[in-house]
Amino acid sequence: MIAQEISDSLKAQFGDAIVETKFDGVLDPYIKVAPEKIKDVALFLRDNVQTAFSYLMCLSGVDYQEGRLGVVYHLYSMKWNHKITLKVDVTVEHPHCQSVESVWKTANWHEREAYDLFGIIFDGHPDLRRILLPDDWEGHPLRKDYQVQEYYNGMKVPY
Amino acid sequence: MKEFLISILQNEILVYALMAFVPLLWIVPFALFAVWWERKISAHMQDRLGPMRTGGWHGWAQTIADILKLMQKEDIVPAAADKKLFVLAPFVVFVGSYAAYAVIPFSAAYVGSEINIGLFYLIAISSLVVIGLLMAGWASNNKWSLFGAMRSAAQVVSYEIPIALALLAVVMIVGSFDLQEINRAQSGPIWNWFVFQKFPFLFIATMLYFVASLAEVNRTPFDIPEAESELVAGYHTEYSGMKFALLFLAEYANMFVVSIIGATIFFGGWNSPFGEFMSGPIWGVFWFISKGMMFVFVQIWLRWTLPRLRVDQLMYVGWKVLIPFSFVNIIGVGFWVMMGR
Amino acid sequence: MEEALTQHEESTHGLVESGRPLTIPGFGRPLKSEEMVVNMGPQHPSTHGVLRLELIVDGEVVVEVIPHIGYLHRCFEKHAEHMVNYQQVIPYCDRMDYIASMNNDLGYAVACEKLLNIKVPERVEYIRVIMAELQRIASHMLAIGTYGMDIGAFTPFLYCFRDRERILDIFEQTCGARLLYNYIWIGGLSHDVPLNFVEKVKDFCRYYRPNIKELNDLLSYNKIFIERTANVGVLPADVAINYGASGPVLRGSGVKWDLRKNDTYSIYDSFDFEIPTGTGIMGTVGDCWDRYMVRVHEMEQSLNIIEQAVDKIPAGDVQSAVPKRIRPEASEVYVRTETPKGELGYYIIADGTTSPYRVKVRPPTFVNLSILPAISRGAMIADVIAILGSIDIVLGEVDR
Repeated sequence: MIAQEISDSLKAQFGDAIVETKFDGVLDPYIKVAPEKIKDVALFLRDNVQTAFSYLMCLSGVDYQEGRLGVVYHLYSMKWNHKITLKVDVTVEHPHCQSVESVWKTANWHEREAYDLFGIIFDGHPDLRRILLPDDWEGHPLRKDYQVQEYYNGMKVPY
Repeated sequence: MKEFLISILQNEILVYALMAFVPLLWIVPFALFAVWWERKISAHMQDRLGPMRTGGWHGWAQTIADILKLMQKEDIVPAAADKKLFVLAPFVVFVGSYAAYAVIPFSAAYVGSEINIGLFYLIAISSLVVIGLLMAGWASNNKWSLFGAMRSAAQVVSYEIPIALALLAVVMIVGSFDLQEINRAQSGPIWNWFVFQKFPFLFIATMLYFVASLAEVNRTPFDIPEAESELVAGYHTEYSGMKFALLFLAEYANMFVVSIIGATIFFGGWNSPFGEFMSGPIWGVFWFISKGMMFVFVQIWLRWTLPRLRVDQLMYVGWKVLIPFSFVNIIGVGFWVMMGR
Repeated sequence: MEEALTQHEESTHGLVESGRPLTIPGFGRPLKSEEMVVNMGPQHPSTHGVLRLELIVDGEVVVEVIPHIGYLHRCFEKHAEHMVNYQQVIPYCDRMDYIASMNNDLGYAVACEKLLNIKVPERVEYIRVIMAELQRIASHMLAIGTYGMDIGAFTPFLYCFRDRERILDIFEQTCGARLLYNYIWIGGLSHDVPLNFVEKVKDFCRYYRPNIKELNDLLSYNKIFIERTANVGVLPADVAINYGASGPVLRGSGVKWDLRKNDTYSIYDSFDFEIPTGTGIMGTVGDCWDRYMVRVHEMEQSLNIIEQAVDKIPAGDVQSAVPKRIRPEASEVYVRTETPKGELGYYIIADGTTSPYRVKVRPPTFVNLSILPAISRGAMIADVIAILGSIDIVLGEVDR
């Protein structure tokens, strides 16, 4: 199933939740989904026999600057041997996105990482704690405007 | 030997003190040697050289250097430890293994105390070690140490039963707990050794004893109490300096104790394998120690070959394999002895 | 000292006497009185680095495992997008999975080449494959050796290190480094191979094949080893896929899945090799023994690939396709390659400058490690060690 067909079936199913699609002129074709619908879309893509995206390869947070953050899902179907990229855009003011942890368990740690480094909050995640940084760290380092905190527990941070 | 010493020194207390001191003259060099030996054997088994520098010839002084280092080390007692028990534990462990030497017949002429319940005493006194280990583990106030101590207690308690039953088979045949008596019963040609007698019962008893004795001294594949990939170092995680050295010394002393008990009971003790040839009190010491070292070598060999069992598998082996076997075995020996009458 | 001591006592007493139930982040319910929290790591002999596992145990039985990672976090992704340009990322890639640096570099190079649309010369491809497969063997040796040590067998570890040394010698001859090579560049290689390279590699293959049998005799088919690993930490195939497992962990669960074949890259499609999978002959499909054995069989397959490749290295210049200045157009790419540990993915966003806008690494061991709690509930403490070892983690990569 090629990206066009996947996007058509998604549009038929979810309508407005599919914000944008792009297939030409990019190395990986992607479909942009509304953040409050991503879980349903993911579930549909996983359970639909035609798509059968059983494998979440990667989940990345991105800071697009100008107040936009993003989550990128790279999906793969072991059954049909096809790939698709899903994207979700959220704003810095309201960085909320649905969690897909219940769809792919592997998203658990990836989402924790995106929360840790970008501050994207995944609604419905069972255990959204920082994963790489200490629990009491301030800020989210992979944001482009990140400033290192001066002191961490009395230790000077910038060396 | 005792009578001879009394006759020249004319002081019974001094003689007893001397006699008690003799095993120490053996244990300390033995432990030093055995540690070096274990290093060299393991190194050669693993295709490497082991210590090569200290002392010149093949690093023979490595363990001595280590002991000197351990003596200089700061003696750390963790703040949250139970201080009295923590300090006491290594001594209890060492006393437990040292006391066992009292009845070990090194040769026909030398045995610390020729009591007629020597074997019984041995089995009883070796339980003292596990109390020391429990003390060490509990007093350290460290969860890993506690795990090690609990495992150790469970293991030693379980494996003392097959050991006792295996040794009892020989006692039934000899009709005495006296180790010298057992040794004398095996004198003569090599097939008089109990391992070859009453085939197959005493051979099975030897095997049962050997497997169980590995567990008794926490050697691989039963080194669960100090399993370093699981429990860091088990009960001696928190020990350092001389206390650690003492625990280490006791461990090697214990290794030798179980080895020579095996040698005494099943392999003729101080008897020469060639009948009258090369026998006598002095040769007796030689044969006795050689046999003990043989078993120590096998223990080392196994340690560097086998992986480690899990704690429930260890219990399985103890309770469901070794103990039933030793019961059946002891019944077989019983029948044999009865028929012999 | 005195003051600290009393403070410490006060704080523990306060916790106990206040009557509050002790709650642990990441653990759903309050602790029961028979349960105990044990910290395994970050300083522990068999957590393979600075991993910390918070074990909630009931006696010897593990109720829950809560992994805490990040002790080795070095901000790889931040470095890659801030400090350095495309070529300069490679030394950082080296330091992720430091046991298998070649494979990390290869993944990054392949990703960048796709971004830049570079065709690499044949010679480079062949040398890359040989290097990657040698590195795979070296990595599996380490995994197998340390796994033996986790189970309590010391000697296989030394045997594996002895043989790994030969591979490192080949690497050292080639690029001067033994651990962190910086050898595979975008579009080429940093050096050509030395003159006796082919001989050396063939020698190694001849030398190592019998040693795999020795390893099997000593460890793989040892009764105690099988007792300890078979039927322990069983990972069913559907769970493995849902958790995103890859590499030997996924194949151990019986899924015939290898990116070198299923989503091929470089020139892997021109070699003939098998994908070993877990068969469950000693226990259940997907147990620790299967995961372990997949690695052993993979070493044999890697030897096959090397032997096929080493005779066919074409002549040429290894740096002819190396771009002088790397400035890809604004685009993004996700490229995944098969490292010894599994699927290593690089998600690179380029914005038209000389350094990446975003590099996200999908580390195989990070994902594989997240399975650990799911398959070690109800096991014993010793089993947790066995399971952790069978996953084969490298903390440099988990934490990045």
